[in-house]
Amino acid sequence: MIPASFEYARAESVDHAIELLGGADDAKILAGGHSLLPLMKTRLAQPSMLVDITRIGDLSYIREDDDQIAIGALTRHHDVANSELLQQAVPIVADTAEQIGDPQVRHVGTIGGSIAHADPAGDMGTVMLALGASFVVRGAAGASRTVAAGDFFKGLFHADLAANEVLTEIRVPKTTGGWSYLKFHRRAIDWAMVGVAAVQRNGSATVALTNMGETPIRAAGVEEALADGADPATASQRADEGTTPPSDAFGSAEYRKEVSKVLVRRALEEALA
Amino acid sequence: MTNVSVTVNGQVREADVEPRTLLVYFLREHLGLTGTNVGCDTSTCGSCTVLVDGESVKSCTMLTAQADGREVSTIESMADGDTLHPIQDAFHRNHGLQCGYCTPGMVMAAASYLKENPAPTEEEVREALEGNLCRCTGYQNIVKSILDAAGSMSGART
Amino acid sequence: MVATENYVGSPVLRKEDAKLLTGQATYVDNQTMAGMAWMSLVRPPHVHATIDSIDTSAAASMPGVVAVYTAADLEDAFPSSLPMVWPITEDIKIPTHWPLTKDKIRFAGDAVAVVLAETREQAEDAAEAVTVSATDLPVVNDLEEAAKDEVVLHEDLGTNVVVHWSHGGGGDQSVFDSAPVILQERYAQPRLIPNAIETRGCLAYGIPAAGEFTLVTASQIPHIARVGLSIATGIPQSKLRIIAPDVGGGFGSKLNVYAEEALALAIARKTGRPVKWIETRQENYLATIHGRGVLHDCTLAGTDDGDILGMKFVELADMGAYFQLLTPGIPELGAWVYMGPYDTKAYWYEFRGIMTNATPTDAYRGAGRPEATFVIERLVDAYARKIGMDPAEVRRKNFLPPSEEAFGSIMGLSIDSANYEPTFDKALELAEYDQLRKEQQARRDRGDVKQLGIGLSSYIEMCGLAPSEILGALRYVAGGWDAAEVECRPDGKVVVRTGTSPHGQGHETSWSQIVADGLGVTPDDVEVLHGDTSVSRLGMDTYGSRSASVGAEAVARALEKVRDKARTIAAHELEVSEDDLEWADGAFRVSGAPDKARTIPELAASAWHAHSLPKDMEPMLEGTAVWDPPNFTWPGGTHVCVVEVDTETGKTDILKYVAVDDCGNVINPMIVEGQVHGGVAQGVAEALYEEAIYDESGNLTTSSMTQYLVPTAVEIPPITQDRTVTPSTTNSLGVKGIGEAGTIASPPAVVNAVIDAVSHLGVKHIDKPASPERVWRAIQDAKTEGGAA
Repeated sequence: MIPASFEYARAESVDHAIELLGGADDAKILAGGHSLLPLMKTRLAQPSMLVDITRIGDLSYIREDDDQIAIGALTRHHDVANSELLQQAVPIVADTAEQIGDPQVRHVGTIGGSIAHADPAGDMGTVMLALGASFVVRGAAGASRTVAAGDFFKGLFHADLAANEVLTEIRVPKTTGGWSYLKFHRRAIDWAMVGVAAVQRNGSATVALTNMGETPIRAAGVEEALADGADPATASQRADEGTTPPSDAFGSAEYRKEVSKVLVRRALEEALA
Repeated sequence: MTNVSVTVNGQVREADVEPRTLLVYFLREHLGLTGTNVGCDTSTCGSCTVLVDGESVKSCTMLTAQADGREVSTIESMADGDTLHPIQDAFHRNHGLQCGYCTPGMVMAAASYLKENPAPTEEEVREALEGNLCRCTGYQNIVKSILDAAGSMSGART
Repeated sequence: MVATENYVGSPVLRKEDAKLLTGQATYVDNQTMAGMAWMSLVRPPHVHATIDSIDTSAAASMPGVVAVYTAADLEDAFPSSLPMVWPITEDIKIPTHWPLTKDKIRFAGDAVAVVLAETREQAEDAAEAVTVSATDLPVVNDLEEAAKDEVVLHEDLGTNVVVHWSHGGGGDQSVFDSAPVILQERYAQPRLIPNAIETRGCLAYGIPAAGEFTLVTASQIPHIARVGLSIATGIPQSKLRIIAPDVGGGFGSKLNVYAEEALALAIARKTGRPVKWIETRQENYLATIHGRGVLHDCTLAGTDDGDILGMKFVELADMGAYFQLLTPGIPELGAWVYMGPYDTKAYWYEFRGIMTNATPTDAYRGAGRPEATFVIERLVDAYARKIGMDPAEVRRKNFLPPSEEAFGSIMGLSIDSANYEPTFDKALELAEYDQLRKEQQARRDRGDVKQLGIGLSSYIEMCGLAPSEILGALRYVAGGWDAAEVECRPDGKVVVRTGTSPHGQGHETSWSQIVADGLGVTPDDVEVLHGDTSVSRLGMDTYGSRSASVGAEAVARALEKVRDKARTIAAHELEVSEDDLEWADGAFRVSGAPDKARTIPELAASAWHAHSLPKDMEPMLEGTAVWDPPNFTWPGGTHVCVVEVDTETGKTDILKYVAVDDCGNVINPMIVEGQVHGGVAQGVAEALYEEAIYDESGNLTTSSMTQYLVPTAVEIPPITQDRTVTPSTTNSLGVKGIGEAGTIASPPAVVNAVIDAVSHLGVKHIDKPASPERVWRAIQDAKTEGGAA
């Protein structure tokens, strides 16, 4: 299986990438390529041009910035998982990175690529949502904006990114309390059928769900119940409120809803222990 | 066409390739290194695993252009003449292969992993192999081989 | 003196490994030829449709395209449709199956055209550019729906119910009405995709002027393919050479004669160019055979204290859209083991083969016997539950006793040898069965979220395909013999040509062990050649756990001829009578004067230079044997699976897996253990993960390895193994076969364990694969039923 023909351009800098993206119809950014290339090999995606941003050297970093950790968009899952800084300051991010794909995928796939791809089954978007992370997006003519994770995911495979914009940095607040990311899947290598991120915050918790709608979503009902003083078992019964999970070969929507309740309870028990 | 210069098994290889040329086909069809196999096309089975800059990647899901300027190691580079690499030798001694088709990918995945974790537990080895499918061995003797290799490689170092 | 050892029975490391470990294997995609062109097939996105037109013009004018052919363009290339060699009944209806479909598409994957281009990329690009206009027809995939014939796939046959075979009536049928306990169950077993990690592929080339052609193909069956492809292409068998190079796994999926092989040969003949085709994984899922896909209505008649009186099975089997090589015969392969290892008094078995708009089914590891074993072992567990007995006790109570009288199976064939109870005891002991039952009870008493389940599976197999006379009686068109040649070279090395065609099973090593013991040499002195019809001329190839009991037995018999000749030469040279010679320490020695001796290498040299051979003796020390077994072989065993089921999510984890098998004598225990590992893993996959799913419009939704759940090392449990040894009486080696045992035994062991874990909640059955959702639903349904009752 071989992709249809395309043009290949290597960006030397973020601005160069933006320029290349603006200059072609249907150009796509190539980061790790682990979401894009399989689609191209089956010819479900046939972009006219790939803009390879992986050689932009200054987009792979993890550094402390006051009460936040800044992660360069091209930082690979492998490096996120093994970052001592993240393991100490925001361990849920490192732990979740380790659960993505398989070792080979983690050696190539990037945190920015997986967030920008906006796959509702992706783990990292959910964690970002639960953490209240924000994303730095660069556009034409040096424009830069910061988008809250809660505003970033617009729809199925649709992020708040224009065709000529590049996600450059992920900013996550340090956490001090408990946390949990539980991924429910058939095989170790599979995407999440359902995933739950829970992050303790001021005695309560924020909770977000993977693959329970067209985007990563907050479990608003659960959070509300917790704020009202409900225990995890009671609060978790509202996990499926407002969700629209898919039905596919892995499981039905109905089943996913039930699993989400169990996982939310377990995640809360871990995060609030 | 895109010009690439990839160091493959220690040798610089320059070529003009179509941008769509996947690394695995560059290795197999341009360089004749047919030890790296293609199994699934979807980045699932790991038969095509090679090392890029020392780390395991699936060469069916990487463009040759992405490997430009990097070092690629394939199964052909593992043995030293007739002397098998300790991982290959462990697969042989523990019957870690049957049809052999997934084997190069398994060996390369193990080589990458044992660099990261030289003394893994059985459970860790199983997790480290989640990106490599085998249909013959039930993984039993592959896991055993890698644990054995870890032992002999750490023994060699001390 | 030459020191010799007994290699047979020892875990000799494999000779096959070095090339496979170093990337020097000869898999077909590793082979290339000057002037080679690439073939790609056009498989339109229709499931069931009449073809209105095919437009190849755009494709034909694309860069690098050599030719584009539809069925009409290849009308003369195929004198006969693709072969099916097992017309199991007189009135079977056989669909016509051309390499390219002519007027109708009958399943997702049915090819309508083929492109030949200079490169792999150009062939793929051009195949995509062929446009097909077709009128969709209603699709039928459900077996019972298809049997109604409201939608018929092959109009000329007039029905989808193309075959009805029954082998019933054994024993006292009245038990099915009169027994104290009559249990009726329905079990569905989904289609499975074999998933050899190497897809199919072939390379055809030849000399058109001489009419000679060679096909290098990823096949388990070069010898049978030579016959089948000769029929399909009209190339005489004398001018058709088939080479199976290193082959990356088969599991039955390469036990076939496929359209693409016939096309590659025909196009090589038409264009004069070497033609290569390598299957994509997506094509592999659509166009390579599937396995299983059956629905059984089962009846068990028994007493209320655990005596099985009768078993009855009525099966619908999904044939798919066409017959492949063996399609209608696969259920029949299971027909002979439906009594399991049990002493049942009455039986009935029948099946109907149904055409559906789906990929053709055929042999997948176990072929008929896993389907049978699953329903028997589920049924026995259901019976135990119904009468309130421990499933282990029910099994123990019903095992056939180890007596020849008992082995005259009620199914009509005789078991060669067996002793089931010691195997069973060993398995239970290794699993710590009694302890597990206590822990299970403790968890139930506590109401744990994670409940423990213990599953048993006692199985028998019918292996060693096959006595030709029986095959003839079963209307199989070929024989079941195999052949070997043993040739001693004057340098002391030995060349063995075997008719088996290994693709991971290690025949080169195992056969070498046998020859080394017989000739007083080492396995490294023995070269085993296979998989090339011009090298190992005679053979019937590798499938059905036949290679050891038929193929290796042929080696052993050829070896005896060599030894006989060697003894004669030794007696001649040592000037003694043959009776005065004994075989000791790797040489023929004169009794009482052991220093007077001749080794095989010495005698091989004598036979080669032939300067002084006994009168009338032909030169060369070699022997050929063609062996037709007098019976099948009948392995058996018991597997125990221990699972933990999360009752909130339905997810299953396997905690322990014990396999105790009896495959008779063992040539190489390391290889035998490896075969069980792989078989068990495939069975675990069948029990918990794998299922080919079609949507309502007949498209395969599990169309890649991302959706079809081949398990990883994380999901497959460590396996605890042991063996008992009841030598086969069918062959001199006493071997029975082990290639399919794991796949046959394990699915019911695992599913029984899952059901056992939640049976106290009222769950009675869960279909394969016992996915988390299926388990969760079963628990919810049981709660609802329990609440209503």
